[in-house]
Formats: sequence, structure tokens, C-alpha cells
Amino acid sequence: MAPTTSPPADLAPPREVATDAAGLGRVRASAFVAPGLALVGVFLVFPALWTLYLGLTNYRLTGIAAASPRFVGLDNYTTALGDPEFLNALWLTLLYVLGSAVIGQTILGFVLAWTMRTVHRTVRTVVESLVMLAWILPSSVVAFLWIAMLDRDSGTLNALLGTPGMAWLIDHPLLSIVVFNTWRGTAFSMLLFSAALGGVPPSQLETARMAGASGWQQLRDVVFPHIRGHILTNLLLISLWTFNDFSPYLITAGGPDNRSETLPIFVYQTAIFDGQLGFGTAISLLMLLINLVLAVVYLRLLRERRS
Amino acid sequence: MRVRAVVGRIGFYVLISLITAFMAIPVLWLLFAPFDRTPSLSTSLPEWTWQNFTGLLANPYALTSLGNSVLLALGSMVLVTVLGALAAYALSRVRIPGRDGLLYALLLLSSIVTGTAAMVPIFLLMFELNLIDSQLGVVLVLSGGLLPAAIFILKDFMDGTPRSYEESARVFGAGPLQILRDIVLPVVRPGIATIAVWTVVNGWGNFLTPFILLRSPEKSPAAVVLYTFYTEGGQANLGLISAFSLLYSIPVVAMYVFVNRRYGFRFHGGIKR
Repeated sequence: MAPTTSPPADLAPPREVATDAAGLGRVRASAFVAPGLALVGVFLVFPALWTLYLGLTNYRLTGIAAASPRFVGLDNYTTALGDPEFLNALWLTLLYVLGSAVIGQTILGFVLAWTMRTVHRTVRTVVESLVMLAWILPSSVVAFLWIAMLDRDSGTLNALLGTPGMAWLIDHPLLSIVVFNTWRGTAFSMLLFSAALGGVPPSQLETARMAGASGWQQLRDVVFPHIRGHILTNLLLISLWTFNDFSPYLITAGGPDNRSETLPIFVYQTAIFDGQLGFGTAISLLMLLINLVLAVVYLRLLRERRS
Repeated sequence: MRVRAVVGRIGFYVLISLITAFMAIPVLWLLFAPFDRTPSLSTSLPEWTWQNFTGLLANPYALTSLGNSVLLALGSMVLVTVLGALAAYALSRVRIPGRDGLLYALLLLSSIVTGTAAMVPIFLLMFELNLIDSQLGVVLVLSGGLLPAAIFILKDFMDGTPRSYEESARVFGAGPLQILRDIVLPVVRPGIATIAVWTVVNGWGNFLTPFILLRSPEKSPAAVVLYTFYTEGGQANLGLISAFSLLYSIPVVAMYVFVNRRYGFRFHGGIKR
């Protein structure tokens, strides 16, 4: 009986035998994969797909629309595109990503990676530890650290600058969260650029220096061509994360007068706080689409580099 | 020429000092205020005291919330590492049809469907499943969000382990689960540890998911309770906030130092959130 159910060893595809060393077989392998996929399916894929439908309804948390949500077609999307608060949020998000990720984190991260190559080891350890610390502390903690630092009456920043009574969070809310996020997230760019700079051949830098190239010329002609891929990777990833960053909520809650209300905060306020779930979902879908574009470009880039 | 070099060098160190100050100043408050008898929002050397920490014990929510954070972080850690390791092992060793597409989709998903972009459908889903104000619900959502990246990274680790051990174990009659437990797991332990710490740090620090899904303060993790400490009306209790912030921060810093010492900081593009 046994010989009829198990094929002769020499008939099995040789490749299969070579990889499946533990003798798992497809059935058991699928059983291993299934629980994980089920969890991802229910709590990640389904919600994402559900937005496609929900965004077309007038779903609300309470009231008549809660009992029987109605299909409203593309109304939510046309409302959104004409809603000054949504357009404001979109614009602020763009400025936030541009200011804190594209400009702030990238430049500061590169400066750190570049300068830390030549300093004493102690200096390097101290500076890098501080940068990492800002990155790994929980967001509720760092948010309060910045509230304390930017406080109008007894904040450390006003004491340092000699500007008593300057209400940074009220007068310059967007600038405040841009600086905050630059501080918070520079570690990633620093790490990535450090790794990238390690791949620049020292001999080429040496040659450029011998030929009398200034620091800037070395950067432009030797370093940048080598790390161009890393710069792009860095820009895409940190833009994606900053675009989805909810921590400004912890500092300014989007205020005052929505002047720091980025898209994540706008979605929270309209959908969860005000209960307009259909409208909020429509905005979420727009966010998912923007994420999709950034992620696809990133993965394509990654694949090109690997092959 | 010499003067120029000296000036350049000075400029260089001024730049480094400014950056260091920028990075350090916000954190100083966290180091000093918890030990200050009369903490204020400005950073100053403390008049030494432990009373802010004893004050924590008296607060009804502070310590329970740390317990809740442990529960959420460890719960997600167990789910993500166990399910992630099983799936990654199978995907690494057996050519299941559509495997490469699946892996690509997982990687794509983990970056697109973020907690913020999917907060509304997730909230609604939990509402329909009757999992609002349930810690299990938070663990499930956190795990679902972290699993794709975990599977992807763990598969990389599994791919890098030699198969000859498994073959010999099989010759001696070990079953697949036994092989996974006794042979594969010890070999990929650095990978498992990385994912475990990564999950714990994410679960520990996550604010949005429990903020949206939990209602009762006695179920809320430290991330949310700390936020309510400084946003609820009236004079903020700075002694309580600072001591609690420090206590809440220590575990993640300790875990980072541990991983860094033990395994070195392995750089996985895209890891973190």
C-alpha cells in the first residue's frame, strides 16, 4: 500500500527535494502559512479593500445614516475636492512632508553621516546616540518634550533665544511640527547615508582631493553619483512615513484654527471624532492611493538595484 | 591657506555643536525633571528627590497602563513571531504556487496600509466585530499591521540558513515541527530576536491604534494615558508626567541597547512602522 501512495524517489522533481529539506510538503507548508495570512487578510487587506466600498456611502457612526447607510456614489469625493478644510489639510501635508522629510531629515541626515566619518570616536558615539534616542523614544513622550520646550511662558527655547512670551505652537504651528519631525526622524537618513557613504571607494575621493577638488566638488563629482540610488530610496521611504505620521496630533492636535491639520489628523477629526465615516473613508482611500504610488516606485527601484 | 583651513575646522565644529545641541536639548528635560522637587517646563538641574516616582504609585492609572502596555506589546510579539516564523519557514523551504507574488504583495501592503490611512475601516471593522474597547482587538490590529514586514524579513533569515542540518535531522526521523523547533529556530535566533524586539518596540510606542479602539482608561496603555495626563484640563502635574515618561521610555531604550550590543544594528530598509 505504501509504495503506491508515495512516488518513487527518482520521479520527484529534483529541485523540490533540494529546497524542501525538512520534508514539509505543500499541504503542511500551506498550513504553516495560512494562520499568518488569515490575520493579515482580516485586519489589513480587508480594511483596505473595504474603503473602496465605504467611501461610496454616507456611513455615519450615529443617527439615521448609521442604521441604513445609503449609496451616494462619488459624492464624498466631489465634496472632498471642494472642501476648503480638506484642501487645506492636503496643502499642509505637502508642506510638512517637504519641510520635515525631503528638506529637514534628508539634509540633516546627510550632514550627520558626512561629518561623523571624520570626527573622534567619542564625539561620534555621543552624537549618534542622541540622534537614535530621538528616533526610538515613544511618540507620546517626545511630543510632550517638545510641548515643554516650545512653551510660551517657561519653555527652554524662549529662555535660550531670549524671546520670552513667544508662543511657537500658536504663532508658528506648522514650523513647529516641521522642526519637531526633523528632529524625530533624522536617524533613518543618517543610518542610510552612513551605509551608503561606506560604499564610496576611498581611492576615488583621494584622487579628487589630490587633484585639488574642494569639499563641495568632491561631494558633487564623486559622492553623489555613487549614492544617488540611496538618496532616492531615502526620499521615498521618509516621505511615505511622514505623510502617514500621526504624531503632530499629539503636539498641536491640528490647531490652532486647523493651521497644523495634516491629512491623518483631518481623517481622525472628520471620521472618528465627528463620526462622518463615509466621508472620512473617502479621504483614507486618497491617502492609500498616494501611499501606493510611493511604495510601487520604491519597490521598482529596489528590484532594479537587485538585478 | 592655513587660516582658511583653521576657520573651516572651527566652522565644522560649530556646526557639529549646533546639531548636537539641537538633538540633545529636548531630551534633557526627560533626564532632569523627573528628579526635581519642583519640576517646571524649563530644563534646569534638579533639586534631587524621588517623590515624583512615589507619586506615580498613588496614581490609579499610571502603573496599570504600563501593565497594559506590556500586555499589548507581548501579545503582538507572540502572535507576530510565531505566525511570522511559521509562514516564513514554509515560504523559504517550499515553492508554494504564487509565492513570489505573495511576498511582493506583502511588502507592498506593509507600506501602504498604515495605521493612519486605514484607521477608519479598521475602526469600523472592530465596531462590527464587537472588539471596540477590547485589548485583544488592539493586539490583532497591531499584529496584522506588523506581520507582512516580519514575514518578509524572517524569510530572508531563513533563506540564509544551511539546509544540511534539516536533512540530517530528517534522516534520523524528526518531524517537520520538531525540525522547526529544535534545528531551525536556534539557527535563526538573531532574526527572531530582531523581529521580537521590533514588534515589542512598535507595540509599546503605538499611540493611534489603542487611542481609537480603547475606551476605558483602565484598559489603556501608557502611550494613551500619558497623553491624557498632559491634555486633560487644569494644571498639568509635571512631576507625574516627567517621572511617568521616563519610566515608560526606559524599556525601549534598554531593548535598543541590548539588540545593538548583541547583534549589532542590522539595517533593514523599510523596517520601523
